[in-house]
Parts: sequence; structure tokens; C-alpha cells
Amino acid sequence: MLVSLLALLPLLFVLAVAIQIGWHTVQELVFRPRVGELLVNTALLVTITVPLCVAFGVAMAWLTERTDLPGARLWSLLAIAPLAVPAFVHSYAWVSLVPSIHGLAAAVLLSVISYSPFLYLPVAAALRRLDPGIEDVAASLGLRPWAVFFRVVLPQLRLAIWGGILLVALHLLSEYGLYAMIRFDTFTTAIFDQFQSTYNGPAANMLAGVLALSCLAMLALEAAKRGQARYARVGSGSARLQRRSLLNRSTTALALLLAALTSALALGVPLITLGKWLIVGGTEVWDRASVLSALQQTLLLASAGAALTTCAAIPMAWLSIRVPGRLQRLLEGCNYVAGALPGIVVALALVTLTVKFARPIYQTAITVLLAYLLMFLPRALVSLRAGIAQAPVELENVARSLGRTPTQSVWLITMRLAAPSAAAGAALVFLGITNELTATLLLAPNGTRTLATGFWALSSEIDYVSAAPYALIMIALSLPLTWLLDSQSRRSAGR
Amino acid sequence: MLPFRKISATVPVLLFASLLAAGVTHAAPSADGIVVYNAQHESLTRSWVEGFTRETGIRVVVRNGSDSELGNQLVQEGSASPADVFLTENSPAMVLVDNAGLFAPIASATLAQIDPAYRPSHGKWVGIAARSTVLVYNKDKLTAADLPKSLLDLARPNWKGRWAASPAGADFQAIVSAILELKGEAATLEWLKAMKSNSTAYKGNSTVMKAVNAGQIEAGVIYHYYYFVDQSKTGENSQNTALFYFKRKDPGAFVSLSGAGVLTSSKHMEEAQAFVRWVTGKGGQTILKTENSFEYAVGQDAQSNPKLLPLKDLDAPTVDAAKLNGKKVVDLMTQAGLL
Repeated sequence: MLVSLLALLPLLFVLAVAIQIGWHTVQELVFRPRVGELLVNTALLVTITVPLCVAFGVAMAWLTERTDLPGARLWSLLAIAPLAVPAFVHSYAWVSLVPSIHGLAAAVLLSVISYSPFLYLPVAAALRRLDPGIEDVAASLGLRPWAVFFRVVLPQLRLAIWGGILLVALHLLSEYGLYAMIRFDTFTTAIFDQFQSTYNGPAANMLAGVLALSCLAMLALEAAKRGQARYARVGSGSARLQRRSLLNRSTTALALLLAALTSALALGVPLITLGKWLIVGGTEVWDRASVLSALQQTLLLASAGAALTTCAAIPMAWLSIRVPGRLQRLLEGCNYVAGALPGIVVALALVTLTVKFARPIYQTAITVLLAYLLMFLPRALVSLRAGIAQAPVELENVARSLGRTPTQSVWLITMRLAAPSAAAGAALVFLGITNELTATLLLAPNGTRTLATGFWALSSEIDYVSAAPYALIMIALSLPLTWLLDSQSRRSAGR
Repeated sequence: MLPFRKISATVPVLLFASLLAAGVTHAAPSADGIVVYNAQHESLTRSWVEGFTRETGIRVVVRNGSDSELGNQLVQEGSASPADVFLTENSPAMVLVDNAGLFAPIASATLAQIDPAYRPSHGKWVGIAARSTVLVYNKDKLTAADLPKSLLDLARPNWKGRWAASPAGADFQAIVSAILELKGEAATLEWLKAMKSNSTAYKGNSTVMKAVNAGQIEAGVIYHYYYFVDQSKTGENSQNTALFYFKRKDPGAFVSLSGAGVLTSSKHMEEAQAFVRWVTGKGGQTILKTENSFEYAVGQDAQSNPKLLPLKDLDAPTVDAAKLNGKKVVDLMTQAGLL
């Protein structure tokens, strides 16, 4: 309950600032040409990138899951792998390879590379679970294969696609490093510029307000599009195994080319540039104590944040499964809203609130951890909820009847069964924190330097060589994420 | 499935780690050390801190940020600020903090170490280094004859799409504050509006120079040392470029003063004053000459790096550093749509 109310803090804060500075100033700061420019930029970015991500994600998912593409398993891993490279490292790699890259086209290219796995993952998982019987029925009624795909398969992927779209869109709105490096101004980069010039001035807060509204609009859109249709199969028995469609030789070649090309763009470029800078730097860049201390501080913050976030998610997750109700749904929704807010909005609110009202925790690790909690709670929540849902309530009741207190029975029985999903959720939070840039930049305690902020400081000075070790360690820490996500989506498909 | 015992063992470990993280980072500014809010280049401040700690044994914790960000932060923190010393790249942020009444007077022995031209007369803060505005241009695209006579000429239509700057940075904003001080508000706003349509915005001066070097743009307004730093390394981001000094007391010849101040709220006043004394003294100023920061030394009789055009030859306009108004600049730039 408390956590959910905390989640609303950033939103209330933006509102409070708006009221405080008065409508006239708000008008002046929000309705100006610069904001229009940013709105156009951001809107173009979203409307061009999202359809490309959908097309690409669905195509790759179909190829790897439902065709006899050679090496499908490998391609599927490669399609998720870009997630292991933080978006701003993608940008760094491209900028140092093609220095002139900038603007909308570059932003779209890099966004598709960095974020299409968010569509690939859910779509591939959904494809795996489809009952081929429905397709057979459609085919037997005379639909051609393409028509079957568009009229039968695609509609069944609707939930997965809209979920992916939401994820991609929220990332597009909140990403800072990727776009700052290629000189593409979005709301987030403009807020950051204002922050650098004024700390937490009203102009920054008003931009944050507009950005927060855009994120809420995305959430609403997704909720509206999700629809009420039923997607589960009915009837007894189990679906038979899917048959992979056979590709002819030229299609196979084309598909392989697509897969190889995208892997080269998404993984080859970062690996090549990183390798180049690491070789140029030699062992010298590793000697500096700062890399090691950054790693240490990152690990500390990330493990603390993961532990805290997971623990905070337990009560909400348990309530949402055991005693769902209107109030509970509302509270849970608050968390998702906060999770959808860009790090910069959350951080800006916390900076001002702690400096004004909560001095003892100002500039301490507690404030950073609080920001992480707000930003990454949904990750822990989603994972935990699935775990608790699978733990039979009867076992809890039996424990109660045998004399355990309610807390004991939840902790000893349900949490024990949900432990693997709690661990998976914690891992997701851990990795989120490892690669988090904006909130950490704003909130880190004095003298703190994480891998992400260290990388950012060096690459902003175009010291690409010294930045390379930081990038490499971040990728190494994120690689397990890829594996985890892959195995999770396979497990949920029952394989 | 992970065995439960393993999980339940990791929970306390993680909780312990979180306490540790909170403890370690919270305890950093310990009783015997000082906290420096640093907007200067990290590498330069690192050299200063290392030299200072080696000589005095006083520990220093550094918080890095940009001029206006840290300046505004100090104002918000007020008397409860954890900072003891504030170092900037430019003067406007110093003025901001000073106007809020947060600086304690600098010890007179420290002031005496700096040339009076490079510190405000009221002695609430002191210059520690200086940098000159320059126009960096691509030698293949421009010759000396094509160059503008004044920084203000870049507002003319014939310069449309041909020059770059880093408007979000404190460096460029300091240059604008000099224009504001020399030419007044109306002229400055007009110039900024012309800049909005004429120039390309990059993030960071190094990036501007890199783009000029690569021929993506013909010229850029930056500070002098980015060129010299790159030349002292590989030269890969400056080899096709040259620097143009506006001189003739033009706003474009503005020499910006990096400052140091001690916060009134400091609980380690003596150590904080010692740090500023060290930076403005022989040790700190020699680092400016010998290491590769390539900023100008401002100490009495201190020498700058011999590769630089001497500070006295820059024919800079006379601007009172204590009057530079960073807040107004940000307002004007926001109004012009640059921020």
C-alpha cells in the first residue's frame, strides 16, 4: 500500500510544481516552439520505429519458430542478444564507427536494433503456444497460407504484439544516452539539458510533465487495444505439436540474409568497435582503479536494489493473487504507472522532494534505491505474481490448519514455491539497475560512480578508449539476462 | 528450480549488501575529509586532489557535475549542503552561489596568490584557471579570409548552417553571459534567435571539434584547450582544424574564469581553505602548465603551458566576472528555443 502511494509521488510532484508556479508560467514553458519541436521529434520516432519493430519482430519470430530455417535456435538467441548491450552502448558503437551518424534516421535505426527484441520475445513465445488446429481449420476452409497467417495467426498474437509495442514505446520515450550521443533531441534529452543548466528548474519539470503525460497516453492506448477477446484454447485434450512450414530455397536464402544482416548490425557493430577500442587501449585502461571501483559500486547498488525491490513486491504480488479486488487492482496499477515513467522524471521528483523535505536521506544510497524501487518494481511484480499464482492456496491453508501463523505459512510455503520466480524477478531488476543511467546520474551519492555513469562521463569526453572496459563489463553482466529471458519464455511455452 | 535453502541464504546476504551500500556511500564524507562539488574537468581535478592529498594527508571526496547544475544544487541545499568547496569551469555558477550568500571569504593569503585581474575584488571566490573562446574551423573548408571578424557575425544569414556549438554546456553559456554583459539583453536575445536558425547543436565541445575535424560542419565556437588536449594525444579529432582567436576585445575573445569558493556551511573550514590555497598556489598552478589540461594558469607569476598563445596576447574584452548572469542566460536561451 505504502509502496503504491510512493509510486505516485513523481506524478503528484509534477502536478504540485505546475500549481506552484502558476498557470501563466506553465503556459509559457509548455506552449513554446521548442516543446513543439520535441513533440514532433518524439512522435516521429515512435511512429516510425514501432511499426518497424513489429514487422521485424514478427518476421523473425515466425522464421525461427514456425519454419524450417536452418539454425533456427541460434538465430533465436541472436535475436534476443542485442538486449545484453545497453542502448547507449549501441549508440557509442555506431558513433565511433560512423561519426557522422545523427538525427531521425539514425535514431530509428538504433532504436530498432536495440528494442526489437522486446517484440520478438513475446511474439515468439505466443507463436510457440498457438494451437495449430485453428490454422488447419482455416486452411481446410480454403484460406491460402498467407491469408491464414494474416487472418488467423496474427490476430492471436495481438496481446503479445501490443505488450511489446508498449515496452518499445516506453523505452523510446525514456531513453537518454542513445539519443544524446547521436544528437537527436527528444523530451528526455531536453529535460536533461535543462537539468544541467538549472538543476531542477520549472522548465525541466514542465517538460517532465509533458513526457509523463505521453507515457500515460501509451499505457491507456495499450489497455484500450488489448481488447476482451479470449485467447485460450477450449476443449479437452492437448494441442498437437506445431508443424514447421517448409521454406523453398530462395526464401531460405532471403531469410538467412535478413537474420544475418540484422545480427551483424545489432551485434557485429558493437563487438567490432568495442574490440577495436579495447585493443587500442591495451591493458593500460584496465589498470586504473576506477573501473574496479565502478564495478564494485554497481554490484552493491544493484544487489541492494534487487533485494529491496523484490521484498517490496511480495505483499502486492500475494494480494493480487490471493485477494484480488478493485482497491488492490488500483494500487497495483499505480506501480505500473510509476514503472512506465522515465527515470529522469522519477529522479527529478526525488531530487527536489529529498532536498526540501527529507534532508537526512538526501544524496544517500537510500534515495537512489528508492528510485530503483519505483522504476523496476513492475519487473519484480510480474515475475513474482506468476510464481505465486502457481503455488496452490490449499498448501497455505493446510499450513495454517497445522498451526502456522498466516505470515509463517506465506513465507514457508508460498514464498518457498515462488522462490524461483522471485529470483528471476530479482535478476531482471539487478540488470535493469546495472544499465541504468539517468536516475543514477542525478541521484548518486557523493563520490559514487557506477559502470553506466563512468562509461557516460568518459564517452561524453569522446575518450572512447577508456570507456570501452566499462561497456564490456556491462555487456558481460547483462549476458545472463538474455539466457534467462530465453529460458523463461521457453518454459512458459512448456518446453 | 533453485533449492529454497539457497534462496533463503541469499536474502540476508542481499539485505546485508544493501545496508553496506547505504553505509559505504553514506560514510564517504568522513570527519577528516572534505567534499568538493566539481564542475571542472574530472582529470584536472583528480590531479589537484591527488597532489593535495599527497601533501596534506587530507582526504577529498568529489561529486562531479556541470557548472549550473551543481551551482543550483548548492543554492537549493543552502546551509545544509554537504559540500565544502565548489570548483567550476566558468564564472556564472560562482556568481549564482555567491548571490545566494553561500560563500565564505577566501583567506587573504590565498587571494594574494592570484593575479588581481583573475579574481573578483570582493574576495568571496577566486580564479583558479582561465580559458579562451575560439572559433575552431576546418582548414579544407575555410581559409583565414572567410573567417568572421566578430563572434556576433555568426548571426548573419551567410553563416546559416555552417557553424556549431554546444548550447546546453556551461562553457557556451558563459560565453553568452559575456555577450549579455557587453551588449545587453535585447541584442543578446536577437543573437541567440539567429543562432537557433544558423547553428547546429552538439553535446559537448569535444564533439563539436570532432564534427568540424570530420568536415561535417565548417566551424564551431568552443574553448581553446580542446584543440591542444587532442593535439597532445593522437590529434585524430583536430588534425584538419585550426583555431581562430577573435581578439580586438570582441565578445568572441572572452576569457572565462574558472573559480573556487568555500561554502559558509562547511564543517571543515580549515581544510577547505587549505584546498583552495593549494589549488591557487604553486602546486596547483604548476599542474596547469605541466599536465595536459592546457588551461591557462592565473597565479601570480605562474606560467601557462608554452604551447599556448600567451594569455596577455588574447586582447580579451574587460568583463567583470562577478557580474556574469547565468540564470538570465538560461532564460534567454530557453526563450530562443535553444534549451
